Amino acid sequence: MSEIDSRGYSRPDALVSTDWVAEHLNDPAVRLVESNEDPLLYPSGHIPGAVEVDWTRDLNDPLRRDYLGREGFQNLMRRIGVTPDTTIVLYGDKNNWWATYALWVFRLFGHENAKIMDGGRIKWAKEGRPLTTDVPTWPASEYQARERDDKKIRAFRDEVLKHLEQRRPLIDVRSPDEYTGKKLHMPEYPNEGALRGGHIPGAANIPWARAINPDDGTFKTAEELRALYEGEARVKADDDVIVYCRIGERSSHTWFVLTHLLGYPKVRNYDGSWTEWGNLVGVPIER
Amino acid sequence: MPEIPEKLANTLDALSMVPDRNERIQLLIDIAGKFQEVPPQVAARPFPEENRVPACESEAFVWAERRPDGRLDYHFAVENPQGISAKAMAVILKDSLSGQPLDQVAAVPQDVVYQVFGKELSMGKSMGLMGMVGMVSTLAKRAQA
Repeated sequence: MSEIDSRGYSRPDALVSTDWVAEHLNDPAVRLVESNEDPLLYPSGHIPGAVEVDWTRDLNDPLRRDYLGREGFQNLMRRIGVTPDTTIVLYGDKNNWWATYALWVFRLFGHENAKIMDGGRIKWAKEGRPLTTDVPTWPASEYQARERDDKKIRAFRDEVLKHLEQRRPLIDVRSPDEYTGKKLHMPEYPNEGALRGGHIPGAANIPWARAINPDDGTFKTAEELRALYEGEARVKADDDVIVYCRIGERSSHTWFVLTHLLGYPKVRNYDGSWTEWGNLVGVPIER
Repeated sequence: MPEIPEKLANTLDALSMVPDRNERIQLLIDIAGKFQEVPPQVAARPFPEENRVPACESEAFVWAERRPDGRLDYHFAVENPQGISAKAMAVILKDSLSGQPLDQVAAVPQDVVYQVFGKELSMGKSMGLMGMVGMVSTLAKRAQA
């Protein structure tokens, strides 16, 4: 039994270790994908063979506030040489925050064969494993993408309104100061992109990074995660859960934890998040 | 309205001459490589919270050291080992704003980060980098008072 298997996750195969990645560096059936918040990181050095998927350029519609469509996703997967049989392993900075965001977008298009490298980029680097500035070129694939399906794992504002009216669980994964609205009123603090501070009424506050072991960036055990979400946030495993943050990126990390590590069947990410809710006219806000 | 400090204007001009995104990224990586942490005579760990840049997840800290002429030298620390953009920004701010007129430093607009890095920044990243500019401006404002 591997160390990841021993942590009691519902789907331990959603994660791979840095050891596993090191053993598969030359495996053509595996595509390593680095996705970061910091645009300078990948060009400064990445795992050999890894391609970059940039959230701002590769995953977003350039005009509307939305994700790319079927054709854009298909082009992206073809460019990075991926087929439905390729095992995609995502990793990145900030405890894989952006890697889980990319994985969530991949799931919107039904691409299931994607995993996260536990510990992310910093664990790989701290272990002294190789990094390169060589950008690989993989043969383009003939990937055929499905239409994006926003129903299962994505929530929109009207659904969130109905959700809170039905008193169903919401988890706000931002920092406590964002949750209380304090940050919006701090002097000399950059604009948070919202006119009002606070949180959606009834939302529990479990900051996303609490799912991570701070020492090495790996995910906590299933028992520790259940203590957070079922103990503190009072969420039950079979609940219909909506998670949110500021633009849906941090909450994709919590979506990954609840869906893949704890096996909750119905978790949706509200990517409109606080930059939408905190600017909406007339919606309820709690502080 | 004070003008943008001359050295910063020159730096921004130089960056604007590199329109290719990949070339500019490489230039910024090289700049980040020149990062020098705050000297120990100015600050030592644990760094005071009052010097922490708000909103910067790369855990950047900023200090000002007064020169005999009343102008300031700016010093930085970046605690996140992966905070390479924060380090690049720190080098640019330190080199182009240290010793510049306080009223000009105080008036540097936070959105210079887009002239340095381009528009393709995440919201969190741009807020953190703008926080670094804002903190330097705040230190200059306080020194004027």
